[in-house]
This record gives sequence, C-alpha cells and structure tokens, in this order.
Amino acid sequence: MPLQAIAFYLMAAVTVAAGFGVVSARNPVHSVLWLILAFFSAAGLFVLMGAEFLAMLLVVVYVGAVAVLFLFVVMMLDVDFAALRQGFARYMPLGLLIAGVLAVEMIVVSSTVATRGAAAGNDLPMASGQGVDVTNAEAIGRVLYTDYVYFFQAAGLVLLVAMIGAIVLTLRHKPGVKRQLVADQVLRTPKTGMRIIDIKPGEGIGE
Amino acid sequence: MIGLPHYLAVAAILFTIGVFGIFVNRKNIIVILMSIELILLAVNINLVAFSVYLGNVTGQIFAMFVLTVAAAEAAVGLAILVTFFRNRGDIAVDDASMMKG
Repeated sequence: MPLQAIAFYLMAAVTVAAGFGVVSARNPVHSVLWLILAFFSAAGLFVLMGAEFLAMLLVVVYVGAVAVLFLFVVMMLDVDFAALRQGFARYMPLGLLIAGVLAVEMIVVSSTVATRGAAAGNDLPMASGQGVDVTNAEAIGRVLYTDYVYFFQAAGLVLLVAMIGAIVLTLRHKPGVKRQLVADQVLRTPKTGMRIIDIKPGEGIGE
Repeated sequence: MIGLPHYLAVAAILFTIGVFGIFVNRKNIIVILMSIELILLAVNINLVAFSVYLGNVTGQIFAMFVLTVAAAEAAVGLAILVTFFRNRGDIAVDDASMMKG
C-alpha cells in the first residue's frame, strides 16, 4: 500500500506541476512539452486506478496526436509570443483569487461527495475489487459495442466532421498552380490536338 | 490509503489551473486551447475515478467520448488558428473582430 501512495503522490505532483508549467511557460513550445508531461503522468494516474485502456488511449491520442499537432502549429506560426504575454501580470492577482476560490470550492464539494456519496466506502479499485478475471479493455469493449454502439458511431461521425472541417479550413487554392483537367484531356481530339502543315519542298516553315 | 477524494482533488486542482491559464493568457490563443485540453483532462480524471470507485465501467466510456471530442476540438481549433494567422499575420485574440460579433 505505501508503494501505491508514493506512486500516487508522485504522479499527482508531476501532473499538477506540469499543468502549471503549461499556463506559465514563456515559450509556447515549452508549454506544449509541459502539456505532454501532464498527459503522460495523468496516464500514470489512470493506470494506478486500474483503467489501463484509457491510460493507453491517453498516451496514443493526446501525446501522439493532439500534443504533436499543437507542436506543429506552434513551430509553424511565426508570431511574436512576447507581445502576446502582455497583461499576464495584470490579470495574475484576479486570476489567482478566482482560481483559489474555485479550487477550494471544488475540493470541498468533491471530498464531501467522496466520503458521503454513493461511492463512499468503496476503497478497492474496480480491477482488484470485482474479483472477476475480465481485463479493463474487455470490460469496456463489452459495454461499448453493445449498450453504447450508437454513441460509438456518433463519435466516429464527430471525428469525420472534424477531419473534413480541418481540411476545408486549411485548404488553399494557389493561383498559378497547374492542375490536371480530366475533362479537357478526354475531350481532346486529333483535330484540336494537332495541325498538319503541308510543307513545300525547299521552303521550310516560314511563319 | 489513497482513495477517491485524492483523485478528485488532483482533478479539481488541474481544472483550476486550466481556468487560471485562460485568465492570464488572454491574448495567446494557443495557450488558451492548451488550457482547455487541461480542463478536459481534469474532467476525464473525475469520470475515471468515479467509474473505478463505483465499479461501473460507464464512466470510462464517457471519458473515451470526451477524449474523442477533445481531439476533434483541437483539430478544428488549430485549423481555424492557422487560417486566421494566414489572413491576419498575427494571432492576437483581441484583434479578432473581423466578423463584428
């Protein structure tokens, strides 16, 4: 048990510190790197809770796709990031105040829910508590493809729409780029495509 | 003994950091998007923690859907950002008033 506590406090501290690094780093590239660390240690928290499938999903989707996407965009845009940091100090006190109130409220409410609510007294995580030899991925799959199959399809639709939206938004037709016109190529006949010139001997083409 | 309140506290702190990031980085839309990702991560931690401690796998399914929507949101948001940068040469949110909204 102490090992679990040590792992939890390590992961939690790293997650929170990395989250703070995301919002306070001067360089947005560093922000993205902190974000990757935050996702990674959050995945560690998931593993600790016994939700291995979601932990791996977090690593693959967030670290592998979303964070790299952010990294690409941050490195691609040529922006003066120092100018964008104006007002950081100005909004800091109010932000800290609101954040502090929010954190205290949420921790009080959630600890009340955790100790008095429906989940009170359930100390054993599901993986070991159920006692059934069903892996986490299997348990998710059994529910996901039966009860939530329409939601699963809808999630696929959301991703499709997002993909098409991103392509449409960033697609640009440059003028002056030569493209293939299939209709023109198909409609081309010998009559329009070539010209037969009758050259008289000794004269050549004098055009 | 690590229990449900611990995970909920971590999620609450992470959520707060995300909100704080939106407050202090008002001009930098990239950091705002990253703060939103942090907030969604905090929500996911909450969902998974309750799912595990209630012994019901539904919470993890919903965390998966949140993950999907977060990925879609990041893709579309960054596409809009790239288009905006291409049109304006800058990404300052304050100047984003082209649509007179």
